[in-house]
Amino acid sequence: MAMNYNAKDEVDGGPPCAPGGTAKNRRPDNTAFKQQRLPAWQPILTAGTVLPTFFIIGLIFIPIGIGIFVTSNNIREIEIDYTGTDPASPCNKCLSPNVTPCICTINFTLEQSFEGNVFMYYGLSNFYQNHRRYVKSRDDSQLNGDPSALLNPSKECEPYRRNEDKPIAPCGAIANSMFNDTLDLFLVGNESDPTPIPLKKKGIAWWTDKNVKFRNPPGADIPLEERFKGTTKPVNWVKPVYMLDPDEDNSGFINEDFIVWMRTAALPTFRKLYRLIERKNDLHPTLPAGRYYLNITYNYPVHSFDGRKRMILSTISWMGGKNPFLGIAYIAIGSISFLLGVVLLVINHKYRNSSNTADITI
Amino acid sequence: MDCSLVRTLVHRYCAGEEECVDSRTVYVGHREPPPGAEAYIPQRCPDNRIVSSKYTFWNFIPKNLFEQFRRIANFYFLIIFLVQLIIDTPTSPVTSGLPLFFVITVTAIKQGYEDWLRHKADSAVNQCPVHFVQHGRLVRKQSRKLRVGDIVMVKEDETFPCDLIFLSSSRVDGTCHVTTASLDGESSHKTHYAVQDTKGFHTEEDMDSLHATIECEQPQPDLYRFVGRINVYSDLNDPVVRPLGSENLLLRGATLKNTEKIFGVAIYTGMETKMALNYQSKSQKRSAVEKSMNVFLIVYLCILISKALINTVMKYVWQSEPFRDEPWYNQKTEAERQRNLFLRAFTDFLAFMVLFNYIIPVSMYVTVEMQKFLGSYFITWDEEMFDEETGEGPLVNTSDLNEELGQVEYVFTDKTGTLTENNMEFKECCVEGHVYVPHAICNGQVLPAAAAIDMIDASPGAGGREREELFFRAVCLCHTIQVKDGDEADGPRKSPDSGRRCVYISASPDEVALVEGVQRELTPRDIKQLPQSHTARKRLGFTYLRLKDNYMELQNRGNDIERFELLEILSFDSVRRRMSVIVKSATGEIYLFCKGADSSIFPRVIEGKVDQIRSRVERNAVEGLRTLCVAYKRLIQEEYEGICKLLQAAKVALQDRERKLAEAYEQIEKDLILLGATAVEDRLQEKAADTIEALQKAGIKVWVLTGDKMETAAAACYACKLFRRNTQLLEVTTKRLEEQSLHDVLFELSKTILHCGASLTRDNFSGLSADTQDYGLIIDGAALSLIMKPREDGSSSSYRELFLDICRNCSAVLCCRMAPLQKAQIVKLIKFSKERPITLAIGDGANDVSMILEAHVGIGIVGKEGRQAARNSDYAIPKFKHLKKMLLVHGHFYYIRISELVQYFFYKNVCFIFPQFLYQFFCGFSQQTLYDTAYLTLYNISFTSLPVLLYSLMEQHVAMDTLKRDPALYRDIAKNALLRWRVFIYWTFLGVFDALVFFFGAYFMFENTTVTSNGQMFGNWTFGTLVFTVMVFTVTLKLALDTHYWTWINHVVIWGSLLFYVVFSLLWGGIIWPFLNYQRMYYVFIQMLSSGPAWLAIVLLVVVSLLPDVLKKVLCRQLWPSATEKVQTACLVSGPPLGSHPLASL
Repeated sequence: MAMNYNAKDEVDGGPPCAPGGTAKNRRPDNTAFKQQRLPAWQPILTAGTVLPTFFIIGLIFIPIGIGIFVTSNNIREIEIDYTGTDPASPCNKCLSPNVTPCICTINFTLEQSFEGNVFMYYGLSNFYQNHRRYVKSRDDSQLNGDPSALLNPSKECEPYRRNEDKPIAPCGAIANSMFNDTLDLFLVGNESDPTPIPLKKKGIAWWTDKNVKFRNPPGADIPLEERFKGTTKPVNWVKPVYMLDPDEDNSGFINEDFIVWMRTAALPTFRKLYRLIERKNDLHPTLPAGRYYLNITYNYPVHSFDGRKRMILSTISWMGGKNPFLGIAYIAIGSISFLLGVVLLVINHKYRNSSNTADITI
Repeated sequence: MDCSLVRTLVHRYCAGEEECVDSRTVYVGHREPPPGAEAYIPQRCPDNRIVSSKYTFWNFIPKNLFEQFRRIANFYFLIIFLVQLIIDTPTSPVTSGLPLFFVITVTAIKQGYEDWLRHKADSAVNQCPVHFVQHGRLVRKQSRKLRVGDIVMVKEDETFPCDLIFLSSSRVDGTCHVTTASLDGESSHKTHYAVQDTKGFHTEEDMDSLHATIECEQPQPDLYRFVGRINVYSDLNDPVVRPLGSENLLLRGATLKNTEKIFGVAIYTGMETKMALNYQSKSQKRSAVEKSMNVFLIVYLCILISKALINTVMKYVWQSEPFRDEPWYNQKTEAERQRNLFLRAFTDFLAFMVLFNYIIPVSMYVTVEMQKFLGSYFITWDEEMFDEETGEGPLVNTSDLNEELGQVEYVFTDKTGTLTENNMEFKECCVEGHVYVPHAICNGQVLPAAAAIDMIDASPGAGGREREELFFRAVCLCHTIQVKDGDEADGPRKSPDSGRRCVYISASPDEVALVEGVQRELTPRDIKQLPQSHTARKRLGFTYLRLKDNYMELQNRGNDIERFELLEILSFDSVRRRMSVIVKSATGEIYLFCKGADSSIFPRVIEGKVDQIRSRVERNAVEGLRTLCVAYKRLIQEEYEGICKLLQAAKVALQDRERKLAEAYEQIEKDLILLGATAVEDRLQEKAADTIEALQKAGIKVWVLTGDKMETAAAACYACKLFRRNTQLLEVTTKRLEEQSLHDVLFELSKTILHCGASLTRDNFSGLSADTQDYGLIIDGAALSLIMKPREDGSSSSYRELFLDICRNCSAVLCCRMAPLQKAQIVKLIKFSKERPITLAIGDGANDVSMILEAHVGIGIVGKEGRQAARNSDYAIPKFKHLKKMLLVHGHFYYIRISELVQYFFYKNVCFIFPQFLYQFFCGFSQQTLYDTAYLTLYNISFTSLPVLLYSLMEQHVAMDTLKRDPALYRDIAKNALLRWRVFIYWTFLGVFDALVFFFGAYFMFENTTVTSNGQMFGNWTFGTLVFTVMVFTVTLKLALDTHYWTWINHVVIWGSLLFYVVFSLLWGGIIWPFLNYQRMYYVFIQMLSSGPAWLAIVLLVVVSLLPDVLKKVLCRQLWPSATEKVQTACLVSGPPLGSHPLASL
């Protein structure tokens, strides 16, 4: 549109000419959002603002670290390797597959008494429970008691899915390789007659696993054996799954040892809760200092893959078992942060003047 | 005849050859030419169906999928997905299939919807009724049934259904007015002319009797170019051949105005119309950020492949002992055992690839695209960039280049209409050495320029008077202005001197200014001094009234109407830089009036007061006025007939018509007699100087490319502060090259510059070097083409390099006398110079289109010279001053935002995948995933995507006003500063460090111990969940630390996405999901939270991961602060800054 001199004079005075008619509609809204002018908090990380944070982190982390470290140090823990690779070990004889059943006994001494609840773990090393082929080799529907999955386990269970044309229950490599050593603990008293330590086998699995995730096949009144009809036991197992424990509440898929085993460990060296030793009363320690022996029914072969087997006794605090890492890490980070705070303080002090004056002089 | 028959047959059967035929023949009204006329090759032409839609109902799915998977990224994810489907991979195909499916579906729906709209629009267009002439009657038919050769009638305010040759109109003079608003946005009325021999056919019956064929070129997309000829047969005479040009062509999409009805014959239909041909998309420009993003992607692809390779090799090394490969507790199936080793290794490699493929996330592409698309709205919404006067706001034609606006190093700007308003104002004219100024301005005012020195005689003599009148007549006649009656005009404007309302319309504002200028009362300046001012009061103006029946009417000083028959128009083009008209006066004298740039007129002048006028022109040019020279020539009848023949021959030519015409013009426009010169002022746009100053402070080099003459352009450059008083000007002009060889000039200049160059580079460190010498370069088109021309000995580059060296050291460059293509050439030269700088071209006219298309970023100004520039640009703004905010604020923000977005995306995926990689060393390289499938899938989609998207839309690291006040901040991000390798490596290492912290933190937590207070153990999924939780928190908080602009939306999204993660995890682990065949996450998250050490570990690991980054930020800010950081700190200290700023004086 040609705008000429004369026309312009008119335009300047009056409202915008022809295209101006649409101007009102096309004019963008003057909202804070559209104009990118929303009220905002504009924080900037400067030495000044960060300094206190560093000191606060230092002041909070160091005490926490010390607390954790002390707690961790107060935890009693003993670890006994019973693999038997050492020829002097009493379990050495069990390495050859010929001796069945093989029972060996290991003596040990508790220097200090274990108070409160004591937890008995078995530990395996070099055992890749987290191998992909292994982790997926299970059928959660079957373990949840789904009747169709019971008789037709998932393909993931191969090659532990069927045996002699019968579905395996529980199927899969995890179940098949369930830990089957039996550990018994005896306190050697003054006399020659050792006292067996009562080991509780319930309460070692997650409550949700035991009650929700793992379920026996349906049929409340039918005996457990009937419910597993049509299935066969895993190849490596001696007994079928419904005979894992005489107690029906702890047998079948809801056997706690089984459930514990089915929770695959994160790392190749792991421990799993085996039994609980509940404290009797406040007066006596659960496991008084003294000599003990461990009676092992040695079934589980680990030698072939260079593995190790251990039995661990441990007390537990609010933060679990003995683990110095967390305490040390907290103390270290707290100190570093405190130190950095000091360094920053120095830098801030040294450079503040110069930068301020620079700002002024420019 | 036989021969042509064979050719016809050949063409029938070799359809492919049709392309080769370079003209088409149309039988008007489908009437065969009379026998004996030359036989034409019939051609098949499409019907008038417009198909702008890309898909049909049937081919939508396959075609759309094909289109989408042609993108490398989508294809990559498809491959990954297929690999997952085919081989046994650690993650389920869902994890990559779902995001891919999502992306593909959303895109498909969007494209499908757009296509549906297009279908609807198409069918509306194709079915709209059109009036045909058939057997002498009017028939209404659907538009799509129109065929080439049909005669069509169009009524007022209807759009043309196809490209038509204008046969006749209801107007007596055979013209019609047309607006092409929907084609190129120009709303002005254009006049088109009916074919001379057919304009008498006014009714349908007449039309039916018309017997003619039209030959024209094959369809071409150029809207402004058309050549053809029409053969009109009549029973009595030989066929008449007439040339057809674009003035006879009515384009589809244009609308008929002010004309009751017209008849036309369809020559291009359907997809062959010029409008349809113009739909073709432009070449895609890619931003520097996108390029670095692709480089980073390749780096990550390499990392991915090397990770997979390392793991594959390690796997086979580790497995070499059989008890590890297949221990008794974990045996393979028979099929697995029997697989070929190499096949196994290859599938393992693929499986690792799949496991680690998240390092290149699908969602990044989606997020980047969304960011660009949504982000570009902030430009269109910007109120400050809205122009009240024109009612135009900024337009975003492509959102791909948002961030490129923050990277500009060179700005190439047009002068006229961009720096200046293109609002021409007649200043003075100089006839035979007498200077006339418009009465309205000079009356009572002291003129800035001293009165002309070389005035010879106070009152022009009789001959002078005659010349003077001739001059005014020339100005009145030599133009292509149309007169629009006031009541017809949409914006009625009254010309004050003429009694009736009329408005002049022209493509060139100069012409309007001139014609209006001479119509006003003019005061000869030398007469003004005389006491009897009544002589000055006398009407000197000549008013151009109209063009009627080929007669131009004008009102002379005596209020008499003079009529000139318009014989020929030798129209203006930017190469010739002049135009001419040939008119026949009432007395039968034939004149040729020529008007043009001084450089193109003076060489053709043989008579006249050349020296006086030249000095006046130069003076005016120095003042920044646009000057035109006017010359004439009297023709005798024989001469005219010769000219006619010459022109006719050139016009009828189908091939090379332009060249032939140019040659003809060249021959005609010579031996002129100089009449005088005019001067028109083009005022600077408001704040042009301010904008240029800001851009220069921002480290952007501003080049002015103009077609104007050097003096005018230089004056404008001084006015807009491109050149300052202390700028030393270097000239490479034709004038100088006449004295010295190009070689010498260039070497001399480079010596001058490099002499100071050493000191200049040293000073570069201290920012702006105020006291060192500023250089400005002026070069003209002729000199430039010499530089660009390859030398005979083949060493073509040496001058160019030398020239570039000189340019690099100049703060401002002015290129004048540039042809449109030369503008593009310059841009290209700089674009491909050593440093590959990012260039931006801004202009408003059609002559800027080539450079707008060439530059990295093309900005069009919605100006007076039509919308062509705006249509071809990437962004369009109403005024030049808006460029400042566009670059300094929007560009800066977009760059900051997207660079953080890109870096952050890579960072968070390193954090995501590196623990996975580390885990392989602890799970026997078995491709076991660390995280659950849901986490793998949702990490990029929902847990960490929204905060960064929002960041990349909202972040403002510095307040908008500060950015505008402190253009120097723009230098902080120059040269892609935030995506340099150093920064990229820093982010990657930060990611690796964080990943190490997450993984080994969790590792030491879990290693051989219990973390619950009831002694129960956690498994691998808890381990992964712990790592994942720490990661989500760290990665989100890292973004929170980088956010400098916390609006409530940021708060909601950042804290909301963390909350969402927690809620989702609780839910995901809280139920036995019936549709899943695994329940591995059941209660895992809740159990983890029930353990105290897990909380402690999360806090610790998050703090440790964030610590180095915080430290780095604080130290850098304290010890080596960038300008931006200084400003931020200053704002923090002083609160919101008011008034002057400490850094403003830098």
